[in-house]
Amino acid sequence: MKRMEPIERMDPAALIEVRNLTKHYPIKRHWLARPVNLAALAGVSFSLEAGGTFGLVGESGSGKSTVAKIIIGAEQASSGEVEIGGHAFGARPSATAQAWRRRTLQPVLQDPYGSLNPHMKVGRIIDEPLRIQHALPSHEYRARVAQLLEKVGLSAAYADRLPHELSGGQRQRVAIARALALEPAILVLDEPVSALDVSVQAQVLNLLKDLQAESGLTYLLISHDLAVVAYMSTRIGVLYLGQFMELGSRDAVIEQPAHPYTQALLAASEPQSPAALSGVALEGEIPSPLDPPAGCPFHPRCPQAQARCIESKPLLRQIGADHWAACHFSATHLS
Amino acid sequence: MSTSQAVLRVDNLVAEIATPRGLLRVVDGVSFSVDAGRTLGIVGESGSGKSMTCLSLLNLLPAHARIAAGAVWFGGEDLTKKSPRAMRQLRGRRIGMIVQDPMNSLNPLYRIGTQIGEVFKYHHRVFSSRERWRRALAVMERVRIPAAASRIGNYPHQFSGGMRQRIAAAINIACQPELLIADEPTTALDVTIRLQILQLLRDIQSERNTALMLITHDLPLVARFCDEVAVMYAGRIVEQGPVEQVFGAPAHPYTRGLVDAMPRISRRSSRLVTIPGQPPAAGEYDIGCRFAPRCVHATDLCRSRYPELTAFADGTRQVACWYPRQESV
Repeated sequence: MKRMEPIERMDPAALIEVRNLTKHYPIKRHWLARPVNLAALAGVSFSLEAGGTFGLVGESGSGKSTVAKIIIGAEQASSGEVEIGGHAFGARPSATAQAWRRRTLQPVLQDPYGSLNPHMKVGRIIDEPLRIQHALPSHEYRARVAQLLEKVGLSAAYADRLPHELSGGQRQRVAIARALALEPAILVLDEPVSALDVSVQAQVLNLLKDLQAESGLTYLLISHDLAVVAYMSTRIGVLYLGQFMELGSRDAVIEQPAHPYTQALLAASEPQSPAALSGVALEGEIPSPLDPPAGCPFHPRCPQAQARCIESKPLLRQIGADHWAACHFSATHLS
Repeated sequence: MSTSQAVLRVDNLVAEIATPRGLLRVVDGVSFSVDAGRTLGIVGESGSGKSMTCLSLLNLLPAHARIAAGAVWFGGEDLTKKSPRAMRQLRGRRIGMIVQDPMNSLNPLYRIGTQIGEVFKYHHRVFSSRERWRRALAVMERVRIPAAASRIGNYPHQFSGGMRQRIAAAINIACQPELLIADEPTTALDVTIRLQILQLLRDIQSERNTALMLITHDLPLVARFCDEVAVMYAGRIVEQGPVEQVFGAPAHPYTRGLVDAMPRISRRSSRLVTIPGQPPAAGEYDIGCRFAPRCVHATDLCRSRYPELTAFADGTRQVACWYPRQESV
């Protein structure tokens, strides 16, 4: 069944809407063992308005890249719904929806060394999406490539270079130019600056912000760096063991962090913050998703954990106008 | 900073790499010292020469690179003049090293207990394997590896990145070095784990009054953890001094650029301040200040003569800039 026109949505302004997303990977501990389920995502829901940036933060193993892969279409969700621009991407997305997603949503990956074909010239890398999608008559490619290069702050002369001749920041600009070739509405940015040096990182972050302001792009930003997420995002979700610990507007999450995990992350990322100076360092590591703790997934590391946290799992509940937290003890500040 | 208690003193170190295009000076006249119980951070972007500096100290430069000039004073001796055999004795026993991901420095085929135990065999002449195992367990407990007794027989791949870094720390505790060099020790780790490892390094340091060198591109880490900092750019130190002064009121435009380019949670801004352009390729420098092509304040003087590292007006640090910034903002 093809569904072309937008269907009814929870949030009419949302461009991306994700509901109860789960992802299980069957894992065999031995070759003869019965597979056990590794829950990479255990029920994730969020929405993002057009032109906004949703920042997904979490440590390794939190499931943030799994969300990105499902939204890109590189992985199938085990259950739950993804809706982008009115197209449903369930278990069997329609061919039309898939074709639409390929043109509308583009990824920018972490490693600009691994994501560019070393044998292709920059111009060829950037016009490849155009050629595949037959988006332009072929004699216009060159002009379009020059235009895209200029957009990301490189001169047209770069079209004839090979990736190894470029620095990390320039490669990431090329990757962004390639992602922009089809004039997408959404970019999925998976750790876009974590491989770059500080001064170059700032250039690329500014470029992404400029492009967003210019073309009204919507970003899904995945990062382990809370400072980057706080700088870029309009909404933030903090993932831990495949679940949101806290979710809400940028200001709510950053300025009134309600979950102890968010508070610890903030303290760890901002050395001058009062929380960091008090020396709250989290004990332990993120538990194995094969053997998640009972109750609140964060309780083994939580400085405020009590008996209740082991017995019952706190659900994500609304504590502010655009602010949800999954903690029994988060105070509500609904005005 | 009195030089009498300096554990390590580096004088005008120059390191060169042979390339098809000729010799490239990747470290070009670097001088610093580290005192017992103190922590020196060396920050710089990729290609700034910070890792080559650290490899030069240990005589671990790759085959096509060499120390061209300068001296590395440690324990009254110039390390650049020591034989490879003598250096091998020194490394591990008196100078410890922690690398970015110890997965590459741990042998995947040997149990952790055996590998930690080797330190006692080679550096402390403990020849009973049972005794080595017992001592290995003690240091593993010391670095707070949970359930150490049941994990001592595990292989490196069975540990997480944070745990492997703890094992690297355990090996260094076993050596009891006077100088510990940590090259990007937390870069591969999650933020919450970073703090744990740093706390551990600090514990090791305070226990034996170890001098610590932290080589990293992570400015917040240096700000939180180091006493002194040396900022490297294009093979040279451009600013050097106590962390509070250098990061609090940077005098060199490059340091200022780095500090401003960091996205900060507490500072809400619509745009990050950036340093225009790219750092020069290693060894390919003009005669003038190497930062001049990217510097908004550059003049003809900057482009024609390199500013030597000189004492800055506030008396706490050294800056290599013709027009260092006097006041804090």
